[in-house]
Amino acid sequence: MNTVAASWRNLWRDWRAGELRILAAALVVAVASVSSVGFFTDRTQQALREQANELLAADLVVLSGSGIDEAWRDNARAHGLATARSMTFPSVVRLADRPQLAEVKAVEDGYPLRGQLRIAEEAFGVETVTRAIPAPGTVWLDARMLQMLGVRVGDAIHLGAAQLRVAAVLAYEPDRGGDLFSIAPRVLLNYADLPATQLTRAGSRLTHRLLVAGDKLQLERFRAWLMPRLKPGERLQDIREGRPELRSALDRAGQFLGLTALVSVLLAGVAVATSARRYSARHLDSVAVLRCLGASQATVVKLFMFEMLWLGLLASLVGCALGYAAQAGLAYLLSGLVVTALPAPTVWPVVAGVVTGLVTLLGFALAPLLRLKDVPPLRVLRRDLGALPPRGALPYAAACAALGALMWWQAGDNTLALYVMAGTLGGLVLLGGMAYALVRSLNVLRQRVGVAWRYGLANIARRAQGSVVQVTAFGLGIMVLLLLSLVRADLLRGWQNSLPPDAPNQFVINIQPDELAPLRAFFSERDRPAPVLYSVVRGRLATINGRPADPDEFANPRAKRLLEHEFNLSWSAAPQADNRIVAGRWWSVGDHGGAWLSIEKGLAETLALKLGDELGFLLGGSELRATVMSLRSVEWDSFRPNFFVLAPPGLLDEYPATYMTSFFLPKDDRTLLGALAQRFQSVTLLDVDALMTQVRRIVDRVVLAVEYVFLFSLLAGLVVLYAAIQATQDERLYESAMLRTLGAGRRQVQTGLIAEFVTLGLLAGLLASLTASVLGYVLAEQVLHIAYRFNIWLWVAGILGGALGIGLAGTLATRFVLEHPPWRVLREI
Amino acid sequence: MADASIPPIVQVQALGKQVVSPEGPLTILADINLSIAAGEAVAIVGASGSGKSTLLGLMAGLDTPSSGRVILNGIDLTTLDEDGRARLRAELVGFVFQSFQLLPALTALENVMLPLELAGHPEPRAAAREVLARVGLSARLGHYPNRMSGGEQQRVAIARAYATRPKLLFADEPTGNIDTATGERIIELLFSLNREQSSTLALVTHDEGLARHCARRFTLEAGRLKNAT
Repeated sequence: MNTVAASWRNLWRDWRAGELRILAAALVVAVASVSSVGFFTDRTQQALREQANELLAADLVVLSGSGIDEAWRDNARAHGLATARSMTFPSVVRLADRPQLAEVKAVEDGYPLRGQLRIAEEAFGVETVTRAIPAPGTVWLDARMLQMLGVRVGDAIHLGAAQLRVAAVLAYEPDRGGDLFSIAPRVLLNYADLPATQLTRAGSRLTHRLLVAGDKLQLERFRAWLMPRLKPGERLQDIREGRPELRSALDRAGQFLGLTALVSVLLAGVAVATSARRYSARHLDSVAVLRCLGASQATVVKLFMFEMLWLGLLASLVGCALGYAAQAGLAYLLSGLVVTALPAPTVWPVVAGVVTGLVTLLGFALAPLLRLKDVPPLRVLRRDLGALPPRGALPYAAACAALGALMWWQAGDNTLALYVMAGTLGGLVLLGGMAYALVRSLNVLRQRVGVAWRYGLANIARRAQGSVVQVTAFGLGIMVLLLLSLVRADLLRGWQNSLPPDAPNQFVINIQPDELAPLRAFFSERDRPAPVLYSVVRGRLATINGRPADPDEFANPRAKRLLEHEFNLSWSAAPQADNRIVAGRWWSVGDHGGAWLSIEKGLAETLALKLGDELGFLLGGSELRATVMSLRSVEWDSFRPNFFVLAPPGLLDEYPATYMTSFFLPKDDRTLLGALAQRFQSVTLLDVDALMTQVRRIVDRVVLAVEYVFLFSLLAGLVVLYAAIQATQDERLYESAMLRTLGAGRRQVQTGLIAEFVTLGLLAGLLASLTASVLGYVLAEQVLHIAYRFNIWLWVAGILGGALGIGLAGTLATRFVLEHPPWRVLREI
Repeated sequence: MADASIPPIVQVQALGKQVVSPEGPLTILADINLSIAAGEAVAIVGASGSGKSTLLGLMAGLDTPSSGRVILNGIDLTTLDEDGRARLRAELVGFVFQSFQLLPALTALENVMLPLELAGHPEPRAAAREVLARVGLSARLGHYPNRMSGGEQQRVAIARAYATRPKLLFADEPTGNIDTATGERIIELLFSLNREQSSTLALVTHDEGLARHCARRFTLEAGRLKNAT
């Protein structure tokens, strides 16, 4: 017997008989879900790889917080390498009195050394490639900036003390990467205009870059020369590093979305297992005949395995096609957050999709199919023989192994995979347990309802196992949607309400000592309370207990980052109202001027600092050594200026300092900002409201993407429902026929079905609302430390949404029971 | 023929049933005429495949004929739609099947309550308890069908059939799936309840012993009524 050919024929016959549709649908949903995420991450990663050196706008970049040493430049030139300088910093652009926070970038001729700039004559207009940079006296603004300020090409804007003309719209700059981390829009100007702006005085948050490009060998020589000369706060970036922060953020997003997609795979697996079991049960007779005619057990196994393999391959390919279409939606939702032009995907997501499909099929369908080989040939004479034997541990073990393998693959990290597996198992057991309790509780209700409802409720209770699976599946899907929409909005509102209404929303940093008196006068002229000014001394943590603080010795990325950047040190006689001493003591008057420090608790934990440690800070050119006297907890979300490192009054007096302050400005009173920016042109204004709006925009997009991927899990939940209905099709036909024989009308039978599915949906909604509320409560109390507010709409949306959605889907899927005359059904079954 | 002094509760006139098979139209029943008087007990007998169950289904309004008509309690079934026939069944008819046909999701008590509720009985629970006590199953009210023996299931089915005190009871091979000793007790129960409630009993069987309990018998052969005694 040619089992391969026979398996194709079987596949075609079973497909036409409608035996395999649910199974195929489950696989398609699982593969579409996984491959949509796969295609998306594949394309973004490729874009990052392809544009690696474009992302730097050079082959090698030297970064510095303090300035580019002319000797570096000379040496690069001596090696025959091309160079260009750039400088970036946050500032405020003004049009009349309207200020707008901007990421300013000043560039020299030759920029970019790799990649090309693209400009347009109007926002979102036709883009042209240019080799030029803004001419002196002009700027290029990106389209977002143009819209925010309401300016057009040709208008003049103010940047610091300079007035500059908008000469073009900046459509693309290679080293922007994606605007994942650049919250403010871009202003590009000529390096030569920097002095006129007066924005680059000491203490400004400047990042200097020296872009270098050229021959590989010369680059290596230059690198070897430069490396030992770099001081703390200066580092090299090359294409091997690319944009590490962007890449790791995207990797993590891909990992998270991939694991999210596995929820659909899990649910689809349940549907596959249900369908495969029914499929096996319905093939007992044909297997008995095959065995009777002489087919060996191996032939039977091969026949069905091949049939499943073809089905798995075809369904996976359809799933991949759907996944590709769905991926476009994902790319659209995240379009503001990733590189804009994505290349075509590679074949890997298809491979990953097909592997997922086959592993799911194998894990969830193999066990019931393998039991077909045990059907005795005698069944042709005695139909009571060879019913499927009771289930052992194999199906569960196979399913767990399949799912575990997929999780491990998606997580790409053993520890994470273990956490996810344990979390999934724990979560499912908890949800399943609650679903079981809910299903059981229906028995009490059953005594008190009419005939149709009792029939519906009895169906749920009798098929308890299936009901628990369905309630859990839908409960999970609805819970996530509730968490992402209502609970998230509630928590955000709760957090905003927890801030005093006059919490500072404007920060002014980089105030020079000679501007203190004019600034105070500026506020008092406008009848505003005098701002509380904090001194800021910038310094790098160089030693801990006499040993150099080397970023490479810390595994924690936050610790590395902290040591690579400068700290803002300040001094204070008394702790701020929102600070609390958690270890040691605050200094007394006698300690003023002494070499003491108070460190924020989180910073101390990250850098493993403790009371009594001696820290050495490089402040300007000299080193300050002081001992940790206390550790403080700080409420960062109070939006008041706070500092990681505080010194007693007197200790920092001899070091160069700038000042900062914060104040509250009503949303509609923006004129003060304009006047402030105009009067004090070198200070940096940070509009927290605007920052929050931008952060919220990013969060909203990411949440949308997660919700989008979770739609697949709801779809998979529907397939589970349909699989369960298909598995109980004969029972349902029979019961409906019996009810009608006993005198029930169509409406009564239909009411029973509606009752069953509305109740299932209700239970799932109840479970979802309950768990979403508990999670919301835990997040509010434990993470955000705000009071949790009960939201009735969460319950209304969960329960009503569940009851209506599942009620409708289930009732529609069981319409067939009303279409068969009772006598025919009773005779056929 | 039925006693002319008692009005017939079932009248079957020129009844025929054809189905379409791959080999062409297949006649299952042809030109059946019979009537059953109220309070009578009749048996429909015949070999396997003679069409007796089809006849029972048509008389109960569970299926629609290809030709002819069935008049139940003066109402022509062919003038009613499926819901109309269901209503009539709820008011008038009880059933006992060979394979019991209890709803597996419902307990014994709930199975018996079902037709009472469908017929709008004011106290379905009490009435169901009463009739289950009558068939000797008071101790098994909360049991599901799959936890009961074949005899017990058939007693629940009989209780369900008589719970609404139907004027007419159809039984399809009621002892077919149970052993002889249990079968005899079931027959006894069936007929004693029939007498107590003065209902009409029409049963399909190939069991001679069971047929002998009935006053009249109709014999079917290849879809035609051969004999009426």
